[in-house]
Amino acid sequence: MDMALRLRRIGLPRLIVHISVLVIVLLWLLPTLGIMVSSLRDKNQLAVSGWWTALSTSTRTEAVRLGTGGAPVQEGGLYVMTGNVLTEASGKTITAFGTRIQEPAAHKIGEPLDLGDGETLKLSADGSYRYEKNAPFDAARGKRIYLTLTTPPEFTFDNYRTVVNAEGIGRSFINSLTVTIPATIIPILIAAFAAYALAWMQFPGRTLIIAMVVGLIVVPLQMSLIPLLRMYNEIGLLFGVPSKTYAGIWLAHTAFGMPLAIFLLRNYIVGLPREIIESARVDGASDFEIFVKIVLPLSFPALASFAIFQFLWVWNDLLIAMVFLGTAKDQLVLTGSLNALLGSRGGNWEILTASAFITILVPLIVFFSLQRYLVRGLLAGSVKGG
Amino acid sequence: MAGLVLKDIRKSYGAVDVLHGIDLEIAQGEFVVFVGPSGCGKSTLLRMIAGLEEISSGDLTIGGQRVNEVPPSRRGIAMVFQSYALYPHMTVYDNMAFGMRIAKESKTEIDRRVRAAADILQLTPYLERLPKALSGGQRQRVAIGRAICRDPKVFLFDEPLSNLDAALRVATRIEIAKLNETMPDTTMIYVTHDQVEAMTLADRIVVLSAGHIEQVGAPLELYERPANLFVARFIGSPAMNIIPAKIEQGGATTVITLAGGKSVTLDIATDTALAGEAASFGVRPEDLSLADEGEDYLFEGEIVIVEQLGEVTLLYIGGLVENEPIIAKIPGIADVQKGQKMRFTAPRRKLHLFDKTGLSLLK
Repeated sequence: MDMALRLRRIGLPRLIVHISVLVIVLLWLLPTLGIMVSSLRDKNQLAVSGWWTALSTSTRTEAVRLGTGGAPVQEGGLYVMTGNVLTEASGKTITAFGTRIQEPAAHKIGEPLDLGDGETLKLSADGSYRYEKNAPFDAARGKRIYLTLTTPPEFTFDNYRTVVNAEGIGRSFINSLTVTIPATIIPILIAAFAAYALAWMQFPGRTLIIAMVVGLIVVPLQMSLIPLLRMYNEIGLLFGVPSKTYAGIWLAHTAFGMPLAIFLLRNYIVGLPREIIESARVDGASDFEIFVKIVLPLSFPALASFAIFQFLWVWNDLLIAMVFLGTAKDQLVLTGSLNALLGSRGGNWEILTASAFITILVPLIVFFSLQRYLVRGLLAGSVKGG
Repeated sequence: MAGLVLKDIRKSYGAVDVLHGIDLEIAQGEFVVFVGPSGCGKSTLLRMIAGLEEISSGDLTIGGQRVNEVPPSRRGIAMVFQSYALYPHMTVYDNMAFGMRIAKESKTEIDRRVRAAADILQLTPYLERLPKALSGGQRQRVAIGRAICRDPKVFLFDEPLSNLDAALRVATRIEIAKLNETMPDTTMIYVTHDQVEAMTLADRIVVLSAGHIEQVGAPLELYERPANLFVARFIGSPAMNIIPAKIEQGGATTVITLAGGKSVTLDIATDTALAGEAASFGVRPEDLSLADEGEDYLFEGEIVIVEQLGEVTLLYIGGLVENEPIIAKIPGIADVQKGQKMRFTAPRRKLHLFDKTGLSLLK
């Protein structure tokens, strides 16, 4: 009654909104959670069951050979071999076993099994066995039996270790950082100056430049990719330097990010109270001093929100990295590495998920640390502050 | 001689003329108030003096030097804005020290001046606070303190009290008056639309309307001898009553006929050629009093509204002027009922007469 009353008070439209938001959140969170859990699981378990069963024991089949324990011992007229088929104290338990691969769970444990030829096998859940024969054992190698095991959930950082060292993801991570951090900082520096000038300085052609900047936001980067690369190559030829360098990709990202940066920052800076800037002018500050001492400190929300955008965009970018940096193994960024891994190690989910999660981690950190500035920076200027 | 001289100052935005030929001379140490209705150009004029707006034509001289092209920071002025314009990310100390730091003054000098200004305005306990931790009145005082620290020749105030509530307005007004006394050599120019601030603070008031100067003079001069209808109605609250009239006879004393037929004699000398001309008769509400039986009266009318304020009674008299009641301000609590027909009179020397163009005939 109370619940129904509360639901009715919320109203159907709002309820629908809440439920839709919940669905969208789940839609985004579940895959991320899945990747994280999968990346921490033991790779054998991963191959068998989905990540949602990660916390329960899993069942699988293993083939072992008897006779790996001690040497046969004669007891009366019987030859007895004892030992343990489970080599490590891994907490695994045997639930059933079989002698043929088609039926690995044919026989129950704990009961002696008559194998024919006078052989008897008794297998316990912890793996210890008693193999009896009324004649000396003559097989050159131990008899093979098939075990159905249940294993407890295993979590490990091995996948990450493998991925970072052997697969070169560690190197790609450094490359990604080398590309992304300057490609975020340089556009902000240049755009902040431009935004201040376009907001608060008077000069002829100002409106035209603003219109041009807004218009350039529309241009897709794919259009300018090839001409830009051609230009880089020609410049490289002219000066005798390689055309695919870090400086090249920094400039490319700066160029592609500038229109949006100038637009966002100008919108925010124009919203600063005009009298503060006039007061600084009366106090004798030059335009540069006003910019550095007053406008920049007050624009921090806008700078932070653009930094998030640019960081995420550059970090996740594959196309520009491959075009401007090349695909040599030690030059690949994370996105490129991930792409290559998909091709060569597509079946090794533990490697794919660990690499993917490393790639996700940094943007998540950046986003959560600067997140409260995102909305403030975007909406500021629409509502006048103090 | 740090006076100001404005000579034929004009301002236009494109094709729109906002200020038409302002001529004004302000002596050093004077407190001048620019007053006028919204849109009359007073803020624009102030900003042109400050250097925040371009002067379209005319000459502005500060302390004998023509400053039309000189940037604001070098004109020797300091400005206090309506919305305080404090730097929100700096402490009160840093706000006041900003100008001096830009000018690269020595640390000891900066400290001395900031603390002296804070002392005058009782801001010393707030020096380390950010503006958002201050009340409106404190913020305004910081803005004034920041202006003091510039050690200017001319102080410019742009409606500094408009954002404060009524009680704070009175307190800060007194602070500004005291400040004026402690700095006798500093010229102060103050812009407001509130005539109470104008009357209480000014040495001289400049009344502006639609880009023109209507009258310049001491507060009481504007009150007792307004030069035209605009100033007459602007100064004084409630505004002066204006009754249409016709001049019957000019000369050493003038006889007019009020709308409604009553004949009134005024101690105002006019040209005899004005006989038959339309005119406007003016008398302030506070000068009107109830006429006794048999006493000579100015007009008679029915009381439509009685407002008892305790200190005064406002009587609204209808019927004489179309659409506009005449207001009388009677001291104390008057024993008058709505609907009563009363007669009103006023001292002869308190009567005003304006010709048909609105100019005062009082010389």
